[in-house]
Amino acid sequence: MNILKFFTAGSVDDGKSTLIGRLLYDTDSILADQLEALQRSNRKNDDGTIDLAILTDGLRAEREQGITIDVAYKYFQTSKRKFIIADTPGHIQYTRNMVTGASTANLAIILIDARNGVVEQTIRHSYLVSLLGIKHIVVCVNKMDMVAYSETVFNAIIEKYKALAENLKLQNVNYIPVSALKGDNIVQSSAQMDWYEGESLLHFLEQVDTDGIEQASPARMPVQWVIRPQTDQLHDYRGYAGRVLSGSFKVNDKVTILPSGNSTTISKIEFFEDHLQEAHAGQSVIIHLNDDVDVSRGDTLVHSSALPSETRAIAADLCWMDTRSLDPSLTYFIQHNSKITRCKIDEVVYKVDINTLEKHAADEFKLNDIGRVVLKTADPLAFDLYHENRATGSAILIDGRTNLTVGALMFREAI
Amino acid sequence: MNNNYNLDYLDELEAEAIHIMREVAGQFEKPALLFSGGKDSITLVRLAEKAFRPGKFPFPLVHIDTGHNFEETIVYRDRMVERIGEKLIIGSVQKSIDEGKVIEQTGKNASRNALQTVTLLDTILENGFDACIGGARRDEEKARAKERIFSVRDEFGQWDPKRQRPELWNSYNGKIHKGENVRVFPISNWTELDVWNYIKRENIELPSIYFAHYRECITRNGQLMAASPFLNMDDEDVVTSRKVRFRTVGDMSCTAAVESDADQIEDIIREISESKISERGARMDDKVSEAAMEDRKKGGYF
Repeated sequence: MNILKFFTAGSVDDGKSTLIGRLLYDTDSILADQLEALQRSNRKNDDGTIDLAILTDGLRAEREQGITIDVAYKYFQTSKRKFIIADTPGHIQYTRNMVTGASTANLAIILIDARNGVVEQTIRHSYLVSLLGIKHIVVCVNKMDMVAYSETVFNAIIEKYKALAENLKLQNVNYIPVSALKGDNIVQSSAQMDWYEGESLLHFLEQVDTDGIEQASPARMPVQWVIRPQTDQLHDYRGYAGRVLSGSFKVNDKVTILPSGNSTTISKIEFFEDHLQEAHAGQSVIIHLNDDVDVSRGDTLVHSSALPSETRAIAADLCWMDTRSLDPSLTYFIQHNSKITRCKIDEVVYKVDINTLEKHAADEFKLNDIGRVVLKTADPLAFDLYHENRATGSAILIDGRTNLTVGALMFREAI
Repeated sequence: MNNNYNLDYLDELEAEAIHIMREVAGQFEKPALLFSGGKDSITLVRLAEKAFRPGKFPFPLVHIDTGHNFEETIVYRDRMVERIGEKLIIGSVQKSIDEGKVIEQTGKNASRNALQTVTLLDTILENGFDACIGGARRDEEKARAKERIFSVRDEFGQWDPKRQRPELWNSYNGKIHKGENVRVFPISNWTELDVWNYIKRENIELPSIYFAHYRECITRNGQLMAASPFLNMDDEDVVTSRKVRFRTVGDMSCTAAVESDADQIEDIIREISESKISERGARMDDKVSEAAMEDRKKGGYF
């Protein structure tokens, strides 16, 4: 059994909360005391059934202000898979939260209201999915019960979406007609739509294979911590602890340490009390090297046969996440895995209007703005391009005055 | 290249938690691991062993001791600390009471649960901790569902849900101003069942109160509580012997028991899989109001 992380794009009006509530409810993931609180609530659907949207209700601070503040993470499990949902809000600060939720997801569910079809919001959501490099997409055409479960309506929406998907170069797009309210094609296949021969949403999510990309990329491991017990028995022990972000390392593999550029071979791979012959993407291990080379936190171990880019100037897509606008005169911190250095935004190449996908020249970069920038770092970064390697092709910007995370960076080109 | 290698879900959760712990070691000057003696913090200790052995932990364990403990938990704690050979720092709620920093609650529902926030904040201040690792999980409660893995607290320990930093990819921003500290939750993405399955897989020993045993109990607010000197009992309280176990380990005055025959870990896992009461449903401290946890976190609680 493995884990599927997905996020849902859509607003409350599209039935996003109802859809998540339905997934939890129909997979029996709601416990009695939560259900009891649900039944006590006086929010009911028109037909008197429980309003499942309440299951994703947030904090009191949010209820009082009638807004959703943040990404909420939800968990459920079937006999086939463990699921982690990043539930991102539909209104204020939507872009910032959706980018955050999407950054750790392998799959996106895009909700379309069958009555409205592809609207501006659909374009926005789909653009963000392509920007964040999500490789699997499920378009759920919701509220099919409101359009008499019409195949014609569904097909017309699909046709329109296909053009958008092509324009955005989206991969692995699947389409499912659903009614989250009535439960059609969410967990159980619908009895109302004989014309639909595909799977229910849950069945699809249980089967879809989202692995492979990280495993197939060149081997990378940022060093997080150097383990040196310095005891009598272990006075020569020197292990480099980190998580393999992509590819795999084997004992005797030739590796290069960046930024120094020194090369050596792997003498030993440890995981707690075990010795491994090979460490794969996703594993947190300790790697030992044959030569006494200088390695510390912030360095990256890579396969010598497939080196990453190493430059101080990078073109990147930037999503701005702070209420203080980008100040090009300011020096920010850039955190790239275990490495932190200083950087400046040298140039704003363009900004994207995420409702029309048009690119504009821009002088300022505000909260929720997205666009292409050129940044210059104080120390060279060893990185890959985001579309080839999400983990080593991304970074965050930190404002040294407030210590807040103010930007998400996706590297597009070494300069 | 092998493209068919998939991590099992427990391996993935474990690898993520180890990565987070090592980020704490790398990013902070003076971290600590908050240890309650409960299964979640026991899991954290195993994860720390996997992250740092054969080296020492780069942090001490810290126990906020309400003085109203299940004795089994303290016995377990002391034996475990001896086994792993790491430093233990104890923050005492009794000391906070004696020093007049907090006042003991009175009445039937009196508990030291709320008082421990003050002791925790004092212990953080006295020792200059800049990061405290804790075993909270997002599946526990809706306020927790929205909290970051690196959760910044101001000098009063307050959590501000509106000022949370976006947490992207696997980058954790641990930069703080003097006086602030960060609460770090490496098992945020684990569920109660995940923790139990991990404990089973790793063959981790737990305090005996997690397993079914006979105990003198009374009924309070519809829940079974262990009869103890720490409960303000009166003539109306009828003490009966019940076969029970505990699903969480808080202090004796706020942790309810559930009737159970599960005395093996497999039985517990089966019981939880079939159970219809969430884990925090057995915590009196969450019953006060719908936003109880949210309020406590804003006040500096874990």
